[in-house]
Amino acid sequence: MITLEKRPEPSKHWTYLTPFVAIALTMIVGGAMFGMMGVDPFEAIRTIFWDPIFNTQFASYTRPQLLVKAGPLILIAIGLSLGFKAGIWNIGAEGQYIIGAVCGAAAGLAFYPSDSIFIFPLMLIFGMLGGWIWAMIPALLKTKLGTNEILVSLMLVYVAENILATAASGFLRNPDGRGFPGSRNFKEWDAAFNADIISGTGMHWGVLAAFIAVIAAYALMTKHLLGFQIRLSGEAPRAARFAGVNPSAMILICMGLSGALAGLAGIFEVTGPAGVVNIGFNAGYGFTAIIVAFLGRLNPIGILLAGLLMALTYIGGELTQLMLAMPAAAIQLFQGMLLFFLLAADVLVNFRIRFTSSAKGAA
Amino acid sequence: MDLSSINPILLVASIMVSATPILLAAIGEMVVEKAGVLNLGVEGMMITGAVVGFAIAVNTGTPGLGFVAAACAGAVLSLTFAFLTQYLLSNQVATGLGLTLVGLGLSSLIGKPYEGIKSPTLPKLDIPILSDIPVIGPMLLSHDIMVYFSLALVAAVWAFLKYTRAGLILRAVGESADSAHALGYKVVNVRVMAIMFGGACAGLGGAYLSLVRVPQWTEGMTAGAGWIALAIVVFASWRAGRVAVGAYLFGGITVLQLNLQAAGAQVPVALLSASPYLITILVLVIISAKGAHGAPAALGRAFHASN
Amino acid sequence: MEQPLLSLSGLTKAYPGVVANDDVGFHIGTGEIHALLGENGAGKSTLVKMIYGLVKPDRGEMVLNGSPFAPTKPSMARKSGVAMVFQHFSLFEALNVAENVALGMETPPPMRDLAKQIRDVSEKYGLPLDPDRTVGTLSVGERQRVEIIRCLLQNPKLLIMDEPTSVLTPQEVEVLFKTLNQLRAEGRSILYISHKLEEIRALCDNATILRGGKNVGTCIPAETTAREMAEMMVGSSFATPAAHNRAMGDVALQVSNLSLPAMDDFGTPLREVTLSLRKGEVLGIGGVAGNGQDELLLALSGERLAPAGSIAMNGQDISRIGTLARRKMGLLAAPEERLGHAAAPDMSLIENALLTGADRQNLSPKKIVNWRKARHFAEDVIRKFDVRTPGAHVAARALSGGNLQKFVVGREVLQNPDILIINQPTWGVDAAAAAAIRQALLDLAANGAAILVISQDLDELLEISDNFAALNEGRLSAARKVSDLDMEQIGLMMGGMEGAAA
Repeated sequence: MITLEKRPEPSKHWTYLTPFVAIALTMIVGGAMFGMMGVDPFEAIRTIFWDPIFNTQFASYTRPQLLVKAGPLILIAIGLSLGFKAGIWNIGAEGQYIIGAVCGAAAGLAFYPSDSIFIFPLMLIFGMLGGWIWAMIPALLKTKLGTNEILVSLMLVYVAENILATAASGFLRNPDGRGFPGSRNFKEWDAAFNADIISGTGMHWGVLAAFIAVIAAYALMTKHLLGFQIRLSGEAPRAARFAGVNPSAMILICMGLSGALAGLAGIFEVTGPAGVVNIGFNAGYGFTAIIVAFLGRLNPIGILLAGLLMALTYIGGELTQLMLAMPAAAIQLFQGMLLFFLLAADVLVNFRIRFTSSAKGAA
Repeated sequence: MDLSSINPILLVASIMVSATPILLAAIGEMVVEKAGVLNLGVEGMMITGAVVGFAIAVNTGTPGLGFVAAACAGAVLSLTFAFLTQYLLSNQVATGLGLTLVGLGLSSLIGKPYEGIKSPTLPKLDIPILSDIPVIGPMLLSHDIMVYFSLALVAAVWAFLKYTRAGLILRAVGESADSAHALGYKVVNVRVMAIMFGGACAGLGGAYLSLVRVPQWTEGMTAGAGWIALAIVVFASWRAGRVAVGAYLFGGITVLQLNLQAAGAQVPVALLSASPYLITILVLVIISAKGAHGAPAALGRAFHASN
Repeated sequence: MEQPLLSLSGLTKAYPGVVANDDVGFHIGTGEIHALLGENGAGKSTLVKMIYGLVKPDRGEMVLNGSPFAPTKPSMARKSGVAMVFQHFSLFEALNVAENVALGMETPPPMRDLAKQIRDVSEKYGLPLDPDRTVGTLSVGERQRVEIIRCLLQNPKLLIMDEPTSVLTPQEVEVLFKTLNQLRAEGRSILYISHKLEEIRALCDNATILRGGKNVGTCIPAETTAREMAEMMVGSSFATPAAHNRAMGDVALQVSNLSLPAMDDFGTPLREVTLSLRKGEVLGIGGVAGNGQDELLLALSGERLAPAGSIAMNGQDISRIGTLARRKMGLLAAPEERLGHAAAPDMSLIENALLTGADRQNLSPKKIVNWRKARHFAEDVIRKFDVRTPGAHVAARALSGGNLQKFVVGREVLQNPDILIINQPTWGVDAAAAAAIRQALLDLAANGAAILVISQDLDELLEISDNFAALNEGRLSAARKVSDLDMEQIGLMMGGMEGAAA
């Protein structure tokens, strides 16, 4: 018989080890799943985790993609992790990401075709503002009326998608686009283009912002009193109130920060890799970032690594479609499984597993 | 705009059809929450039910089997949630989200070969005399069997919770797992069964979407219906009758906005298609402003019998 | 001697790191009230859980009515005629009385019949109760009645009662004792768990005393002095706190007509609470649990803001300022619930030291946490208050209740408060540690601090307080000098009838 025994305190070792356990389990079960689909599991796993970086043929193309995909994931996940730490469940980052992109793009396009150097910073500010406002809706409803932030932030994703559709085919549509939906292409407008800082590496301004966010979040969580208060609110809300932490302020700060970072990721994406505001420019990063945040143990450094890993699975997933004709959804399932196994393996952090002989003998 | 193109008889009839999937999912989730468990994976279980039900119905030619398979698929998927949250004591919010992500991925993987196919659908009941009553007949009495099944299920859940001992135990577990444990009730078993019931109901709701309401399989076709079901449980203050009211209210809004779009109303299409979500938010706000009561006291809390 | 109802022999149960019961055995006769006596942590709870089928003994056996008895779940114990009233009631607040009773029965009758049975039994034993009331709206004493009636409806041969009087006023205790004597007269046996010696002397036929999980003796309480029993219970004598004759200074804390609505459906509102606390004074606030103790602490600590003008510190209105500002001014507090309120369970003692010490100990100048300083402060508390822990890096939840309590109290005391509000300072703490905590509070008062102690332990309050007041349904009686009080007056104060006592 297997019984769980609560540890006197959380295990430090397992906190760091469980993500690796989860990755290993995902590879095994995922590999079996690929096998059942008639794909060589070893080849599939290699295509996902190895080829994007080391394949001699096309790694030079896929390697920069790693940063391109990891940038927004990390940026969003860092914001989400603050809220999750505080027990605030913003799961509508996808919506904040979209609104950030739309607002930022609208602010820039209002000055088209100006070549002022202020265009790009202006777009960034409005991108952040857009994401922040979209996140403040559930935050304010939560603090003023106690409305469930999970459901509201999620509903707002669907609303945001409708706004995106209107923007792409309406108020942001490219007037020179012969009636096709989609905004002007920012790659063709130097003042607004989020180009690679070092050409050919995929290292655009958004990736730099993500790295800065990682460092800032690390400093916040380990050195600053606010970081302590965020953790305290999540672990023991009543103790937090006793310590003088204002729960409403925590909600507004955490939701606001995560919304602003998601919005920032959105505007970096449309001005860079995506190039245009169009339906479907958002590749579900807002949801995948939830996995990134958990896989990274809500720890900034962990999120950095988890973001890179998740970016790898995105690229690897595209490769498996191309090379092994696997459906795109397979990788989505793969990512979901990773979160599942991580949550399952987490039991080891707080509990010891004991194998006891059948208890009947003792009676 | 031409409102006369909206036929009130058809309107009510289509409200019933549009409310049914959400009603099924919501009544299941209500039972889960009554047992003190918050499963945010409704969306994932629904869409898995939708695709499995569709696939089985297409392959067997029998929509009934599709529904059975969908219920099983939902229950099996919910069992993973039950295992993680009840035995491995994982965080219910995170696990529910994970379940939704897994369900979305799994469904589009299974569903690839079925895109663009038509499935056999449930026949409309044609009850002699009853279905022929003018107005009421076509409006209320000539739907497919699942519409009535879902309403019967609501009544059954209501009676179960109010009058049976098992229902009392389930409510007790949701109020205080520790007290229920102290009295010797198997908290984990009760919760696992409730979770599986919720999964089966969500699966049925999904299958109703893909086999009757649409009826077709498209990726991501639930489009937030599972989340709306969760919101309806809050709106209903965890009462079966009000879950039905909430689902029908919501079905009404969905149908009305579609009708308005068709009638060419002078409202932006985006606003109309976002209206179900906006109204859900509005309803949540009103409920919380009133100070919603009735949430099971142990909702979302993990239980571990330490001694 | 006739055959005993229940015989226990050699019962042993070990948990990782602690042997909760070690070779425990005794007999309970038919129609006997048998006391199980011991300090917190002596193993009383584990023992009764074994009898009730909640815990499985590692070794040993039980014999009920001459046949072996080894319940593996409570329903088995109930079928065999064993019923239990828990110290922490196993009740469901949102359900009504009849539903709660039904949940404790194996084969409850239909609700209508059950309601009638509840009325009948409650009448017969003098425990009035309405079956349709929602349990959340009942007082603590009434809730206990629900538990007792739930047990009585099953016609038990043995009734186990875990610390039943800890939640009752002296008058309610008398009513309960009448009921218990009636049950004894009917030939039922009662296993009565307590650490209140006078009660046991008044009620019980025999007593078994546990210490450190071992059976250390039996006695006939009526023929044994309380002192002798106390020595068996504790094992050795310990320092009693120094007598108090302190000089009192000016009024440090003035509460005037403080009223606050209940926090939720089942909470207690504060009604026109008025008190004044002088420098150097220890004011004890008694009362049955759930009569506004938590609410009073939250209002005084600043976790809930009060109406303007209702709370003043050294003459300055502090009603509308929060916890942080009050702490800066020198008003500190230690809430009752250690894990989750006074301390964060999964955080280290260093982090928990920062929790309230940030400002007064200057642990985070300019909002940047000085972790080295926080560690020093935590270690200081650990050393000066004899907190048994491998180090300051350990999570709060890894400490035993008593050690964590010492840490929590020490953390506030070492910050030199001018006013200290403390709720249940020694709940669940062993006698030696309790004495140390009480001494620390008295020392603090001797140095001129004003101390308000909220407690359900009357003996404790009478021992350390200068003045005493009682909470009843959110109202606070006028404070009276402890030296002028007797038990009956205290009972009336706790029952909200101070006018009659004056």
